[in-house]
Parts: sequence; structure tokens; C-alpha cells
Amino acid sequence: MSFADIWTPVSLTLSLAAINTLILLLIGTPIAWWLARSKGRYRELVGAVVSMPLVLPPTVLGFYLLIALGPNGPGGWIAGLWGGRTLAFSFTGLIIGSIFYSMPFMVQPLRNAFGAIGDDALEAASCLGASNWQRFWRVALPLARPGYITGAVMTFAHTVGEFGVVLMIGGNIPGQTKVIAIALYDYVERLQWGEAHVIALGMVVFAFVVIAVTLTIDRRVNVPMP
Amino acid sequence: MNRAFPALLLSAFLFTTVAHADSVSVAVAANFTKVAEELALIFKAETGHDVTYSFGATGQLYTQISQGAPFEILLAADDERPTKAVADGLGVDGSVFTYAIGALALYSTTVDVADGEAGLKADAFDKIAIADPATAPYGQAAVETIEALGLTAAITPKLVTGENITQTLQFIESGNAELGFVAASQVAGKTGVWIVPSTLYQPIRQDAVLLKIGETNPAATAFVDFLKSEKAVEVIKAAGYVVE
Repeated sequence: MSFADIWTPVSLTLSLAAINTLILLLIGTPIAWWLARSKGRYRELVGAVVSMPLVLPPTVLGFYLLIALGPNGPGGWIAGLWGGRTLAFSFTGLIIGSIFYSMPFMVQPLRNAFGAIGDDALEAASCLGASNWQRFWRVALPLARPGYITGAVMTFAHTVGEFGVVLMIGGNIPGQTKVIAIALYDYVERLQWGEAHVIALGMVVFAFVVIAVTLTIDRRVNVPMP
Repeated sequence: MNRAFPALLLSAFLFTTVAHADSVSVAVAANFTKVAEELALIFKAETGHDVTYSFGATGQLYTQISQGAPFEILLAADDERPTKAVADGLGVDGSVFTYAIGALALYSTTVDVADGEAGLKADAFDKIAIADPATAPYGQAAVETIEALGLTAAITPKLVTGENITQTLQFIESGNAELGFVAASQVAGKTGVWIVPSTLYQPIRQDAVLLKIGETNPAATAFVDFLKSEKAVEVIKAAGYVVE
């Protein structure tokens, strides 16, 4: 058994999850804010689109991504910026796939947190002369902290467990696209069950820790009621 | 009597259909997908039996069978695993036979592979797809070919690996990989194909084995006999395989 072989997919997965969580914190905030505060007629439509990965089989997303990231899709054009032909089989491609795939895990908790703030606190801040930015940074953000923690933990964990999307667009390149779930699948296929056990048990422990942490945060931080 | 007659007729009718329409479940190496589907139609027309296929890389399928998957026949892409199935007590003794000998092909939708060797050395590509050599015999043959041409160092950084030969073809068809090694049977009749000289890799002898689960199923034994029949052999040959 070689631990170097196991460590490569583990470290790749952790960096994929970390980068994806950061990007979704940035993208998810305005989307969740708009979903929580807007009175627009398209709100539910956008909300439904963002939530679709919760019910779609990951392979559906993977199939569309394979086409979209390829040389005949927009991904080929983007890859052309640095001389590539396709975004499939690349770490960048996995990041793009993960953003779509984990979007609801970030947006939902944020939307709920922003929704729970209510108008009173924000109006009080306005009366005290706060600008829109100040209202967001000094009032909304601190009050939404539990939502941010839950969203970040769930997004990170969800990305760590990605399989279907990566199977479709990854091409199984060690150090590039061979993530934990794919490595586990390969070990099982090759009857290398010793390595498979190491990864599987690691994932079980990881999942337990994530759930325990999330529950603890939920208990510790009281979500302010409007 | 009058009232019982229709019921009798109905039950007789039901009984005959049940007795004749058995079904057999077959695990098939991905390279044989197209031919297998063609064969199922002929088999159904000849015997009335249905065939249910599960396609995958030979290694994948073998793993599933060793874990009790309910397959009655294995059509592998190599001659190792069917023999192993018998040794492991999963296959029926003496039921192993070669149903096809496969050819490896280099296939591309974007670059010229008319002379494959030159095309591979030209270095005019970014990604080349092969099937997972650990589980797919055609992937192993691709690795042997690359090695025989002395291109291992040049090509290894460009390799992308499909889970099986079908996904490998899909990587090439979608244009994500410019070229790749697949089974000749998969790209029969297409342009942009270079049939790899059989001297560059170990022959891909594809063996079949009757698994113990299927030993008592008449549809399973009928399908094994059918695979050896002249009609089936013709179809297999027409798809680009050699049959001894």
C-alpha cells in the first residue's frame, strides 16, 4: 500500500473544496441576498434554477458540462485564452462543475440567514446614517454569520464527496482531476481493497466530523429572530 | 364446462408464453456493445428469449460478479478473467471459449491519423484518450502500443483515462480529446481511423464464460450455443473482429 498514491487525490480534493468554497462565498452572497430581499417576480424562478442540482442526477450536469467545456462549447473558447482546447480534463473544469453542483448548499443557508434578519435592524441602521455598504458589512453580515458557517461547511463537504460530475468530465488524471471519490472507485474496481478501506474510512470519519461541527454551530449560535 | 373453457384456454396460453420466454442476463465488455445489441435481436427472433445486457470494463464487471452480481454469462475483453472466474468457482468448468479476437484502433475527429505512427509522433495534440489499462484490456493494449512505438515519455503527460472503452470513445467524439485508442469494432465504417498493426500489442483474445448462476437457465445455455453458431460468427466478423 502506498500512501503517496492516496495522498495525491486527498490533497487535490481538499484544494478543490477550499477554492470552490471561497468562490461560492463570493458568488453566493449577492445571489442569496437578492433571493432573500427582492420582491421581483423572477425570484422563485431563479431560486428554482439555483436549487436544481439538489434533485438533478450529477451525471446530467456532467453530460452538459462535457459538451459546454469542450472545444465546441464556451469552455473551449475560455481554454483558448491560455492555449488549451478544452476545459474538460482540467482542474479549472472541475472548479466550474463544482460551482454549479454545490451552489444550493451555499445559497440556501445564506438565503435563510438573510431572510431572518428582517427589516427592523436594517432600517434602524439607516436611521443612524449608515450607507448601504455599511448596513451590509456591519449589520447583515454579522447577523448572518451562522448561515455563512453552515454554507461554507456544507459546500466544502459536498465538494469533497463529488463523484458523478467528475466521472463525466475528469478523465481521471492523477494530481489534476483524480479526486477522492474517483480514487476510491478505481481501487474497488482493481480489487485493491486495502487502499479502498483507508479512503472509505477516512471519508466516514470526515463526514461524521462535518455533521458534528455543523450541529454544534447550530446549537451555539442563536439565530436572531426578527 | 362452458364457463371453464375460456379460463382453461387463457391459462394454457399464459403457460406456453411463460415456458418459452426466458431471459438471460449477460455482462458484456464495453467494446462489444454494438455487436451484442445486434446479436440480441437475432437471438430473440430465433429463440424467443430476451437478453439483458450490462456493459462495462471487463475489470469492473469481474469485480461485480465476484461480489455476487446476478449475471449468468460474462463476455470479457480478455482471456484472463473468464479463466479466473472458473478458478474462483464462479464459472462453469469447461465453458470458457474465445468468441472474438479484437483489433485496436487509433481514432480522431480532428487530426489526421491516416498514418497513425506519424500522427502520434507529430505531437500535434493536447489530449489523447485511452481506457483504464487496469480494468479495460483495450486500454492495456493501447499502453503496449505506445510503449512499442517508444512514445511513453512523450505521451504520458497527455493521457486522459476513460472508465471503459465506451467513455473513451465519448471523450474523442465530444472533441475533448483530439484522438484516442478504442476498439476497431466501435469505429467500424467511420473515417479518421488507423487500425493499429497487431504486432504492436498482445492479441486481444476475448473469452466468454458461463457463470454458475446461469447453469440451469435454458436461455443462458442457448445464448452460449448461439454465440458459437455460424450466424453469430458472421455478425461478429462483420463488426471487425477475427473469429477462429
